[in-house]
Amino acid sequence: MHSVVCIKQVPDSAQIRVHPVTNTIMRQGVPAIINPYDLFALEEALRLKDKFGGTVTVVTMGPPMAEAALRKCLSYGADDAILVSDRAFAGSDTLATSYALATTIQKIMGNMPVDLIFTGKQTIDGDTAQVGPGIAKRLDYQLLTYVSKIVDLDLEKKEITVERRAEGGVQLLKTATPCLITMLEGTNEMRFGDLDDLFRAARYDLKVWNREAAGIDDAEMIGLKGSPTVVSKVFAPRPRSQRAEMVETVDNDPKNLAVTLLAKVFTQHPKLEKEIAKRAG
Amino acid sequence: MAEKFDVIVVGAGMAGNAAAYTLAKGGLKVLQIERGETPGSKNVQGAILYSDAIEKIIPDFRDDAPLERHLIEQRVWVLDDSSYVGTHYRSEDFNKPPYNRYTIIRAHFDQWFNKKAREAGALTICETTVTELLLDGKKVVGVMTDRKGGEIYADAVILADGVNSRLATKAGFHPEIKPKDVALAVKEIHFLPQETIEARFNIGEEEGVVIEMAGTISDGMMGTAFLYTNKESITLGIGCMLSDFKKQKTTPYELLDKMKQHPSIAPLIEGGEMKEYAAHLIPEGGYNAVPQVYGDGWLIAGDAGMFVNGIHREGSNLAMTTGMLAAQTLVELKQAGKAFTAPNLAQYKAKLDDSFVMKDLKKYRRMPDIFHKNKQFFTTYPELISKAAQKLIRVDGVDKKTKEKEIKQSFVASRSVFGLIGDAFRFWRAME
Ligand SMILES: Cc1cc2nc3c(=O)[nH]c(=O)nc-3n(C[C@H](O)[C@H](O)[C@H](O)COP(=O)(O)OP(=O)(O)OC[C@H]3O[C@@H](n4cnc5c(N)ncnc54)[C@H](O)[C@@H]3O)c2cc1C
Ligand SMILES: Cc1cc2nc3c(=O)[nH]c(=O)nc-3n(C[C@H](O)[C@H](O)[C@H](O)COP(=O)(O)OP(=O)(O)OC[C@H]3O[C@@H](n4cnc5c(N)ncnc54)[C@H](O)[C@@H]3O)c2cc1C
Repeated sequence: MHSVVCIKQVPDSAQIRVHPVTNTIMRQGVPAIINPYDLFALEEALRLKDKFGGTVTVVTMGPPMAEAALRKCLSYGADDAILVSDRAFAGSDTLATSYALATTIQKIMGNMPVDLIFTGKQTIDGDTAQVGPGIAKRLDYQLLTYVSKIVDLDLEKKEITVERRAEGGVQLLKTATPCLITMLEGTNEMRFGDLDDLFRAARYDLKVWNREAAGIDDAEMIGLKGSPTVVSKVFAPRPRSQRAEMVETVDNDPKNLAVTLLAKVFTQHPKLEKEIAKRAG
Repeated sequence: MAEKFDVIVVGAGMAGNAAAYTLAKGGLKVLQIERGETPGSKNVQGAILYSDAIEKIIPDFRDDAPLERHLIEQRVWVLDDSSYVGTHYRSEDFNKPPYNRYTIIRAHFDQWFNKKAREAGALTICETTVTELLLDGKKVVGVMTDRKGGEIYADAVILADGVNSRLATKAGFHPEIKPKDVALAVKEIHFLPQETIEARFNIGEEEGVVIEMAGTISDGMMGTAFLYTNKESITLGIGCMLSDFKKQKTTPYELLDKMKQHPSIAPLIEGGEMKEYAAHLIPEGGYNAVPQVYGDGWLIAGDAGMFVNGIHREGSNLAMTTGMLAAQTLVELKQAGKAFTAPNLAQYKAKLDDSFVMKDLKKYRRMPDIFHKNKQFFTTYPELISKAAQKLIRVDGVDKKTKEKEIKQSFVASRSVFGLIGDAFRFWRAME
């Protein structure tokens, strides 16, 4: 079987600084990491490979430095890595990004059929959660978002069964492959690759595809031209003022304390009490 | 793992990168193993880079190495709780390229240095810890790692694993490092807009200032402190001997907090955003604490071999130089078709003795002991010097001769005539 995993290199948001005067976000010198959500997608693909054999291909669209992120994926056990990189992609929004990635994946399929496409739930920098669904739509594939578990995969019948986290519960879904899965976080844990994978990753001759190599003929569909969304400004929210209040306990009784606390919460959020009462019937 | 290497280098710090680069350039098959996520991710330095050492390895490093500021001014401060007495040396000569010293950020610099080593042909793997050395009798034949398929073999291993080299201790090459031979240093990076830094220190766009400090800020312990200007941040830190921390029961961060509140230091970092906090050991045992640094199939370079000149705050340059010399020894032997046996590797020690590394360490060999035994250098003297300076400067109707007499008396009262002569003599002997 063949899985394609889309990953994005993002600035480590824990280390982003806010300019003290202009309140803009300073990205210089911030280390780049693999979008943490994408690791759950990759690990899930690797687990399927453990079980069924086959190939895991990782793809990213990004600047040349994104090579480091791909090498890391190889060191975890991915078999092949493709960096889609071209100045023409600069300024791409989710519409253009999903177009570029979908076209790239079509090109990959030309060499080896693809059974599953994985993406992360969302990125920690763009945060839109649109790229996965965008790729599925463009390829006309079934889309399984927020997947928490792959229950069954039948390669013969080309069927997959997954658990999907939905509001208020878990859905059990079955669909035909090939399809696209956006993997939910916390569903697995990235493995510690073995020495052979590490060596292979360090020496691997990465594929770098420019626009033409990725099979994108229409330059109007990508980059700034293909991007109707414009991020006009990025700024940090004003820190909320924080207040702490000491609440006295009466007779050291936790129940007493809970009631006092609830009373305080309800005075601040008057609707809440009614709603809880209603739900409790 | 079936693949075998000529040399395995443990660590991708200054010593390890210098060694891997030199080995790869010399045509040897090199594997470098680093436990951090990336080279430099775990490394702590002030950090001042001395051009000379890196120039000998990569002459055109200035073309693309990530350098923060070149240093044009050196301040040396002796502090008591409310003042500093200092000398500032600033010279236009330091503004003429090629520059002599730079501030750097190790996380960036180490990645660049490692990239050079990889481009030269070294293979680097990260997030992999060497857990022990593989021995055949007394000969090192490879390393064991924490990865699946963990054993890797090589004809020689260079231990560039930094201070407190557990691997060498575990293999029985030298005893555990002693608390009196290491300093524990803590440092913080405070981010400030570039313009603010340049205004505060009266410097131009690429220029930098160093402040080296000692005095009562070390709370009576043997130690020093520093403050360096980077492009968009200020690094400051303080370090004292581990044995003193143990005795005094002060915590390093308490010291650093106190330092940051010092009236001479606080305004320099005001308004900054603290973004990084790090603690690290510095091997400061000096010449007498340098262990055996070679044997059958192994060499030690950098902090792992105690190669630090604490008096002059030099460490990275000794690390790079020892890494380079260790590698050169192996390259020469390989070219001559000789095995990496202990008698052959003795050439490494000869190279070390012949370099500034051992010469400088030897010159200051008495220093650590003297400072350990004479804490007045960190307590009494800073206060006396500060009071003396103030007395001379303050205009209060007292005549100068009386002032000088009082200053003299204050010194004698605190240290006695014999004490003063003794201290001067000890200091002179140590510097000789
Ligand atoms: C600071 C900043 C400035 C920006 N400026 C602009 C701008 O000026 N104009 C504009 O149009 N857009 C701009 N963007 C949007 C940017 O182009 C998007 O980040 C991008 O389109 C991907 O969307 P996302 O990050 O929200 O991904 P999501 O949709 O949240 O990602 C979901 C999943 O899709 C996959 N994926 C996402 N991106 C890629 C990729 N590149 N390669 C491989 N897989 C991927 C990953 O698996 C990921 O988990 C900006 C973003 C940032 C953070
Ligand atoms: C606060 C502070 C300020 C300093 N300021 C200066 C200064 O301004 N100028 C200066 O020249 N020197 C300074 N030094 C000293 C300087 O940092 C060191 O001398 C220098 O970093 C030594 O280099 P090294 O390569 O020997 O060790 P390190 O740089 O410590 O590198 C050792 C490497 O080995 C890796 N490693 C360790 N064990 C293993 C293992 N088992 N398996 C795999 N990898 C392993 C580590 O992760 C690390 O990357 C300072 C030190 C400190 C702590």
